[in-house]
Amino acid sequence: MTRSGIVGWTLAAPALVVIAVFFALPVVIGLALSLTDFDLYALADLSTLRFVGLDNYLRLLQTPLFWQALGNTLYFVAVGVPLSIALSLGAALLLNAGVARWQAFFRTALFAPVVTTVVAVAVIWRYLLHTRYGLINQTLAAVGIDPIDWLGDPHWSMPAIIVFATWKNFGYNMVILLAALQAVPRELYESARVDGAGTLRQFTDVTFPMLTPTLVMVAIMTVAGYFQLFAEPYVMTQGGPLRSTVSVLYFMYEEGFRWWNLGFASAVAFVLFVVIFAVSAGLWRFDRDPEGR
Amino acid sequence: MRLRELGSGSRRDALRGLAAGAALVALGGCGRRDDRDGVLNFWAMGREAEVVAELLPAFRARHPDIEVHVQQLPWTAAHEKLLTAYAGGSLPDLCQLGNTWLPELTALDALEPLDERVDASAIARDDYYAGILDTNVMPTTGGNRLFGLPWYVDTRVLFYRSDLVRAAGHPTPPQSWPEWLAAMRAVRQRSPQTYGVLLPLNEPDPLFALALQQGALLREDDTRGAFAQPAFRRALGFYAGIFAEGLAPTMTNAQIANVWDEFGRGLFAYYVSGPWNIGEFRRRLPRERQGDWATAPLPGPDGPGVSTAGGSSLVIFRSSRKKAAAWRLIEFLSEPATMQRFHALTGNLPPRRTAWRSPELADDAPSQAFAAQLERVRAAPKLPEWERIFQEMQRAAERVVQRVQSIDAATTELDAWVDALLEKRRWLRARTLAAAAPR
Repeated sequence: MTRSGIVGWTLAAPALVVIAVFFALPVVIGLALSLTDFDLYALADLSTLRFVGLDNYLRLLQTPLFWQALGNTLYFVAVGVPLSIALSLGAALLLNAGVARWQAFFRTALFAPVVTTVVAVAVIWRYLLHTRYGLINQTLAAVGIDPIDWLGDPHWSMPAIIVFATWKNFGYNMVILLAALQAVPRELYESARVDGAGTLRQFTDVTFPMLTPTLVMVAIMTVAGYFQLFAEPYVMTQGGPLRSTVSVLYFMYEEGFRWWNLGFASAVAFVLFVVIFAVSAGLWRFDRDPEGR
Repeated sequence: MRLRELGSGSRRDALRGLAAGAALVALGGCGRRDDRDGVLNFWAMGREAEVVAELLPAFRARHPDIEVHVQQLPWTAAHEKLLTAYAGGSLPDLCQLGNTWLPELTALDALEPLDERVDASAIARDDYYAGILDTNVMPTTGGNRLFGLPWYVDTRVLFYRSDLVRAAGHPTPPQSWPEWLAAMRAVRQRSPQTYGVLLPLNEPDPLFALALQQGALLREDDTRGAFAQPAFRRALGFYAGIFAEGLAPTMTNAQIANVWDEFGRGLFAYYVSGPWNIGEFRRRLPRERQGDWATAPLPGPDGPGVSTAGGSSLVIFRSSRKKAAAWRLIEFLSEPATMQRFHALTGNLPPRRTAWRSPELADDAPSQAFAAQLERVRAAPKLPEWERIFQEMQRAAERVVQRVQSIDAATTELDAWVDALLEKRRWLRARTLAAAAPR
């Protein structure tokens, strides 16, 4: 090995060790665990652990609650991701246009939900969403809409979670998109204006193409994150009402840490991994340059 | 937020976590915090944890050498915390434990048997309501052993609008299912706005109490479901029949905004509920309604029936190094005088008959229905999986009530589900039997 090679590996070694110990090893153990029936009895006495092959996976596919959880999660991702990105993009465009006078203030204010604790914010949101005393229902009542039992009605619980999660998370993507917007060369807008492009045309033909790589990256990160929906239903609804807010990860948590079926829960984790991997891989295709360069 | 963000937002976070982990390991090397200065660690849940602090000065006066540290756990997270603490070897010395969790922790062999300590103390076992004490007795390879002492009890009785029921021609509380049905029908007939009973569809306890009255819910040493057997089907038939006749609204708790308001308004005449509602009814019903409600023991199929045996127990963990001190605290909390004080502070009902002699309980009509019921309570099946079966039982019942399934289909499906869940228990039982069999 060359001298620089040795130096390189030495410098990388601490990071590699951390990755091996805290990422690779747990993944391998998790995979092994998913092929066993590790449960409460095995926790008490390891000799009762049995190798079950793919039984956990087969059983999982026959569990109605898993499909319901997957459905709930897809609902959350399908509605939540576009909504969240649209909101981020909208906020970033407004901030970038400099329409608002207090740009720095708004940037911080819109980013604030991202860095606050979800548990603390959930308490506030539970007040906002309260059926009788909540600000949201009172506002709706002012325009003549009957109160909605946001967290108690199975039809409204997921929309409520989506609104909460979107509000909590859009600031993060907003900051990334804002940075990308600021990196678009001014000359492009100038020549577009010279060519007679209006505001809308400038957006569709200059801003949007220049943002595409960032948007794809943001979309992939958001999709991967939203598939791992957990803390919001955990704090707000505990998966209820009628299991309408049980996500795949919440289902895994219940199986693993409530009932201590760690083998089964590991299988859930791997299935979720495969789903996220497939969806992310699908999204990467959008990143191809349209002209094939 | 998602787990990703809880765990590692960035690589720097990961490294910081690593440093924190190393610091924890280093601390662990110094010996566990609770062992250092002889502090007794006591985990308690919710409101009880707050109240127990008020009982402790009296204990400290008697045992100045024992310092108690009470850790409050929220009920919603307590179960996970206990299992994780067991896996991580960081259980406290003693703990308040919902008595349906005892089978799980005895299966883990985490609890200390208390038989010898109880026998050597002034505590008389027969002073406890038998059904409640029985929830703490678990079968082990060395015979049945006592793993906890009941701290307070919980069971289900009838709460009812005495004025409505009397007006409908049923002045005395029902003793049997037919009498109860007749009273509910009379109430419904007299006023179409009033249902006979409120049985929230997401609450398994009422149906479970009715099922306990009929017989066993599991068979073959608790390794298979017995829900398709006649006993449970009779209970489910009665339960679903109440809904089918329109005597109960098909509602979950989430759909009833405020049970006490609706009870005061007369939406329903009977309600199956637990001891905490004595206090709630007194607080939340308007003054002019206070004379119009009463409690009565649950009716059975053909005479006074049994009900559920719930509540919390006090347990000592095997891993504790201060079992003697922990036992002193349990003894103190189990004294009738302490239990009476505890009841005054929380409204929790005591499990010892002597504690019931205090005027606050003996002269209190709503509490007396509980005293009568406590003589007739039956323990739930003692297996770690029971909680799941219990929830699934209610989901099956809900499908029957909503007419998605027939009783036959629902109970057969439930048995199949239970049998699949208990496969490991059957395997373990076969293994134990094989090991015990002579070669």
